[in-house]
Amino acid sequence: MEKIIIKPKNRWQAVNLKEIYEYRELLFFLIWKDIKVKYKQTIFGIGWAILQPLFMMIIFTLFFGKFAKIPSDNIPYPIFSYTGLIIWTYFANSLLFAVESIVRHQNVVTKIYFPKILLPLSSILSHLLDFLISFFVLIFFLLFYKISPTGNIIYLPIFILISILTAFSVSLYLSALNVYYRDVRYIMNFLIQVWFFLTPITYPTSIIPEKFRLIYGLNPMVGVIEGFRWCILGKEITSIKMMYFSIFIIFILFIGGIYFFKNMERSFADVI
Amino acid sequence: METVIKVEKLSKKYRIGERLPYKTIREEIINFFKRKKKKNDQFIWALKDVSFEIKKGEVIGIIGPNGAGKTTLLKILSRITEPTDGYAEVYGRVGSLLEVGIGFHPELTGRENIYLNGAMLGMKKKEIDKKFDEIVEFAEMEKFLDTPVKYYSSGMYVRLAFSVAAHFEPDILLVDEVLAVGDISFQKKCLGKMDSITKEGRTVLFVSHNMSAIRALCEKVIWLEKGKIEKIGRSDEITREYEEKFIQKYGISPVRIRNDQEIKYKKFYFKKVEIYDENGNLKTGFKFDEKIILHIELEGEIEEKYHIVFRIYDKNNIMIFSGASAELHNKNFDPKIKKIKIEFGPTNLTIGSYRIELILRKGKIQFATGERIEIDIWENAINFEITDCKPFETNWQLQNPRDGIFVIKNKFYNN
Repeated sequence: MEKIIIKPKNRWQAVNLKEIYEYRELLFFLIWKDIKVKYKQTIFGIGWAILQPLFMMIIFTLFFGKFAKIPSDNIPYPIFSYTGLIIWTYFANSLLFAVESIVRHQNVVTKIYFPKILLPLSSILSHLLDFLISFFVLIFFLLFYKISPTGNIIYLPIFILISILTAFSVSLYLSALNVYYRDVRYIMNFLIQVWFFLTPITYPTSIIPEKFRLIYGLNPMVGVIEGFRWCILGKEITSIKMMYFSIFIIFILFIGGIYFFKNMERSFADVI
Repeated sequence: METVIKVEKLSKKYRIGERLPYKTIREEIINFFKRKKKKNDQFIWALKDVSFEIKKGEVIGIIGPNGAGKTTLLKILSRITEPTDGYAEVYGRVGSLLEVGIGFHPELTGRENIYLNGAMLGMKKKEIDKKFDEIVEFAEMEKFLDTPVKYYSSGMYVRLAFSVAAHFEPDILLVDEVLAVGDISFQKKCLGKMDSITKEGRTVLFVSHNMSAIRALCEKVIWLEKGKIEKIGRSDEITREYEEKFIQKYGISPVRIRNDQEIKYKKFYFKKVEIYDENGNLKTGFKFDEKIILHIELEGEIEEKYHIVFRIYDKNNIMIFSGASAELHNKNFDPKIKKIKIEFGPTNLTIGSYRIELILRKGKIQFATGERIEIDIWENAINFEITDCKPFETNWQLQNPRDGIFVIKNKFYNN
């Protein structure tokens, strides 16, 4: 028979991966709920997933591409910005949703036991549907501009995984902190805005001066978006070093996040 | 028989303020500087050195006044919160019902919520599939399965939520005061279901204020008082003793002021209550046909409107009436208002002592979900006695429980 020992834990611990696997059905139900609830009682439904990046792309193309003449590494500006935008929209929206996930489930957190990490995780995963839909729109753009993908495309799933990992890792810190300090929710909008401009969405990384590239690569989204454009558009990677550094940062964030979350989780039910 | 729960010197310390709503970083910084000044009074032991063992198949009741640590104990055993000290060993799959309908989402249909709620309780999808029809039948709501629960009446909502919970079959079931919801006939049905669960040899820990339910379901009782075990023993003996102490301790007086201990961590609370008759005399003994007037004083701050419930209990702790300002009179009080008068009666009660409990709730009542936000409960607010009950021709005094609780008019004829 299953034996559980309950006692105070003082050591730093990582999230129990086996337990997450045991709770996979609940994870599935949480994702399913998020998706179901999200578009209930909306007229436009899932169409919103397409509209947001699409409108942003049109505005950016007009102001940055046409008027300000920001370079786009010889890729048509609409495509250039749209590839960046869909992955960014996924990152930003899923992160915003995940940061509130534990507080949103306050009642559940104080009343039943389960690995709380499922909450930010399911929030991040449920947004993949929106991402996939806007990705299909990208395929139409590619056909329209007659851009055929290069062999790099086989690496696409890896970069999608990395972008999931990025959003998830960041959400581990912020969602847990949000339980203790609701200041986080006020910082979020500002954070996302600043982060947007520090990420090569509207401009190419090639405009970053050589000596600043490594510092620039501290932003994990740099690696994600560079890699994404490299996969789909065959755009040359401006600085391999910068990209590896950026991906390295993601893994550091992830490992740290797992420990951080687990240790914050212990008193969620007491402070939430 | 084998032991399924072994608890050894389990303790849980809360930092004062921890159970209060979240802080902002600004407050935290301020607290950081203040911290040095305060010492031990910053902490409260919600549970202190509690040890006991439970054997397989036992049904244990947990009783004690509010704040005795009953819920904390269940929360530790179900791993929702961590103990500060001590340890517990639990053998088998634990399921906790601290509330019904956890995770219910108003936008989802009944069917969808059954799955979601079941999964949250820890049921596997296969298990829910298998029991689905039974759950629906128990809740008596086949017709509304595909309606979003936000359109349910509060009764339907509770029935569905309860039905899922009742079909949840872990090895060890931890139940908090959840039976306090729903209509009486459904409550009975649930008690029946619980009884059959316990007959199947499942171990159950059951927290309740309802002594008759405890006596009906449990063989053994743990009595907690201020985080410590006061007594463990046979349920009929312990519950009786508990009830007696309750009455002794809180005695009878027409003016009751709450002690600071009880209100220490509350933001808005009942402070004082006085009991009068119609002519403005403070007193505790009334005739059965007299009106009773309560003067209530509240203290603290609240942002929203609030409403009040008063409940009358008899000596056996059976609730005999519940009067609610919002539900019955659409009356919500402004945050500014700190003095309230409740007038009730004639009570038509038989001779005996009665206890009044006051409940403070805030915000709008969600009739659809039955959700209520309680900010203060004063269980033993005030006691009164009915000393005279001669409603009929003779001098016969009607007494509780010998002659029942209420006076009902009656006549006898030759026919």
